Amino acid sequence: MSDAAALFHVEDVLLVSIRDDIDDTDILDLQERLSESVARRDVQGVVIDISDLEIVDTFVGRVLGQLAKIAKLLAADTYIVGMRPAVAMTLVELGMTLPEMRTALNVTQAVRRLRESR
Amino acid sequence: MADTKDQLVALLNEQFDAIVEAWIATQKDEGVRRSDLFSAKETRAQTVRLLTAFRNGVAEAETGEDLDLRADEWAELRETLSDLGRERVERGMTPTEMATFVAALKSPLFHSLRERMAGSPDALIEEVWHITRIVDAFALYTTEVFIAERELVIERQRTEMLELSTPVVQLWDDILALPLIGTMDSVRAQDVMENLLEAIVERKAEIVIIDITGVQTVDTQVAQHLLRTAAAVRLMGAECVISGISPRIAQTMVQLGVDVGEVVTSGSIQNALTYAFRKVGVRIAAEETPKGSRV
Repeated sequence: MSDAAALFHVEDVLLVSIRDDIDDTDILDLQERLSESVARRDVQGVVIDISDLEIVDTFVGRVLGQLAKIAKLLAADTYIVGMRPAVAMTLVELGMTLPEMRTALNVTQAVRRLRESR
Repeated sequence: MADTKDQLVALLNEQFDAIVEAWIATQKDEGVRRSDLFSAKETRAQTVRLLTAFRNGVAEAETGEDLDLRADEWAELRETLSDLGRERVERGMTPTEMATFVAALKSPLFHSLRERMAGSPDALIEEVWHITRIVDAFALYTTEVFIAERELVIERQRTEMLELSTPVVQLWDDILALPLIGTMDSVRAQDVMENLLEAIVERKAEIVIIDITGVQTVDTQVAQHLLRTAAAVRLMGAECVISGISPRIAQTMVQLGVDVGEVVTSGSIQNALTYAFRKVGVRIAAEETPKGSRV
């Protein structure tokens, strides 16, 4: 089990923190763990904190999109928070605007929005 | 060539003051002694400094066929020229005036030489050619300095303009506005995006209003830039509203087939602000008693 990503359950929200040195295997592993966690417990929302992430490529972008779709299928909303300006610009350059993903500035805001949309 | 060089060095050493006087007089005759820009004292100081540097350069450097103003021996002259050039650009002298100022050195040198070498016309012609080459190279270098200085000024103004043209202002807690003015090219669009995203992180904004009232033309490229900025803003976790879309721009955008997707747009910045207030949960209400009815 790699520690490049950490999962925390807080009430009905699943917090995911991704570290900068996450590699392709780690992120696929995360996909697995995340889907199991969402399905097993009664998770209403997933908040993925990527503020440590300095670089994203198309692969990471696509997997993040897939995470959101999986969570949606399991009836949870996904928020991605803390994206750095450089990362946002890269994703837009790559044409990956992650439409399936909701966004927030930080975890607090994401949790508040989750509560409001309920 | 050694003879001609020695002649010139000797001449410069012996008649230094006389040449300075004659040089200043020639500047005056040529109409490039800008007494409106420089006082007589300043002109004299500059002339003396330049001639000293020139004399030292001539004495030490190769001045014959292999004349090269980039050589180390000319460092003093180059530095003096750069200083004078900078000062003169700042005070608004033209390159022609600057080059003529330098070229005016020829006349006093020729006059002095004619007196000195009246007996040997061949050597005199040789010497004249020698001096012409140096002074011409000198004048050309002046122009280069001048252009380089101008380019620095232009570059500085360009950066200033870029900074001026992307001001991000905070309208309210969590609400930022970015009024765009002028033309949007790729460089500027990139700059705008960077500044805006940084500001969102810094001020934890939830809503960003991009006002394009002052943008002259919106073509497909500009629209693309705006939409990409909006997409990046959304990825950061904030929302982007594009305001100031005039009826003409709305028509152009539709004709160009620009699809704004989910980006909220509005005609006036007022509407955009109202929308933003609603989003962050702020309400603006009129005072209960209208101002006019107060006693």
